[in-house]
Amino acid sequence: MAELDTSQGGGHKKGKKKRSKKASTRVDLTPMVDLAFLLVTFFMMTTTFSKPQTMEINMPVKSTTGETSDTKASQTMTLILGENDKVFWFKGTPDTANFSTTDYSPNGLRRILIDINKSTKDLTCIIKPTDKSNYRNMVDALDEMSIIGIKRYALVSDFAPDEKEKIKNL
Amino acid sequence: MPKVKVPRKSTNIDMTAMCDVSFLLLTFFMLTTKFKADEPVVVQTPKSISEIKLPDNDIMSITVTKDGKVYYGVDGKFNREKLLQKISAKYNISFTEEEQYAFSLTSAFGVPITKLKTFLDMPAEVRKDAVQPGIPIDSTNNELGVWIINGRLANPNYRIAIRGDGDCPYTVIKRVIATLQEKNVNKFNLITNLEVRPKI
Repeated sequence: MAELDTSQGGGHKKGKKKRSKKASTRVDLTPMVDLAFLLVTFFMMTTTFSKPQTMEINMPVKSTTGETSDTKASQTMTLILGENDKVFWFKGTPDTANFSTTDYSPNGLRRILIDINKSTKDLTCIIKPTDKSNYRNMVDALDEMSIIGIKRYALVSDFAPDEKEKIKNL
Repeated sequence: MPKVKVPRKSTNIDMTAMCDVSFLLLTFFMLTTKFKADEPVVVQTPKSISEIKLPDNDIMSITVTKDGKVYYGVDGKFNREKLLQKISAKYNISFTEEEQYAFSLTSAFGVPITKLKTFLDMPAEVRKDAVQPGIPIDSTNNELGVWIINGRLANPNYRIAIRGDGDCPYTVIKRVIATLQEKNVNKFNLITNLEVRPKI
């Protein structure tokens, strides 16, 4: 409040005895507020508000004895992540099963997984990304597991010869 | 009729209260702010519905770019210094004081160990824009594994986070995960963007 000299020259004070000027103690705070808000804006812009989200992955401990856990073929579903966002899937063992193709849309993979998860007790899902797939495909497939609530799933990168042959023909 | 005189009010407003508020906010932001670490590359992470937050500190990050280059970084100035000392002892490369200081300020880098010295010798502005070839992850020359082991030795509490670009080829991620498993790291995090959980 720029009132350092307000006591001077007021119309109604005409003719009065001149007193010694009393300097107002008020200081104009506007520039200070300006500065403070500038700094506030700066800190607001540079601060990291959102911490990144993460997915926790637990890979099986590499066993030295070569021991593996087998799952029943009737309770196993395999997803093979191919190139151009394609997914090949089958139930059971690769030599006898029929392979089908789908995609990552809600009506594709998710619908199939929901149906199979309902009809199969203790479903185990095996996710096999091929070398032609990308990282997003892998994250999408893992994400579907948590969306649908499939508890048992594994990320595997070994392919059976049958699988390689069959996805070539699809 | 006498004119009614409207008393003229001052247009000045008392700024004291506003000043108080703004400085309160300023103090709040100054105390809570944590500056964004400057990342050498921009990575578009895929989306997931996972809502687990990444902890603030003790993070060892492995960044994989769209074209499959791997960058490595740890947090904490002190831990970075310790890490560099371990690497310099292992590879018999001595680093000057300036190079050690430069390394302690580098949040992530993607150069092979043989080129690390040249990389740290660059002035800070040049280093920021320098082309980095990525850390070798081939099975014959797996430097990422060396960095992971020594990072863990420097600070055993490090959690490993993979920040991969959605479009990066799976082969690179496969190599990174295989490297982690070789080093007996079976638990790690994948950094993703938040997506709304769809209704099913």
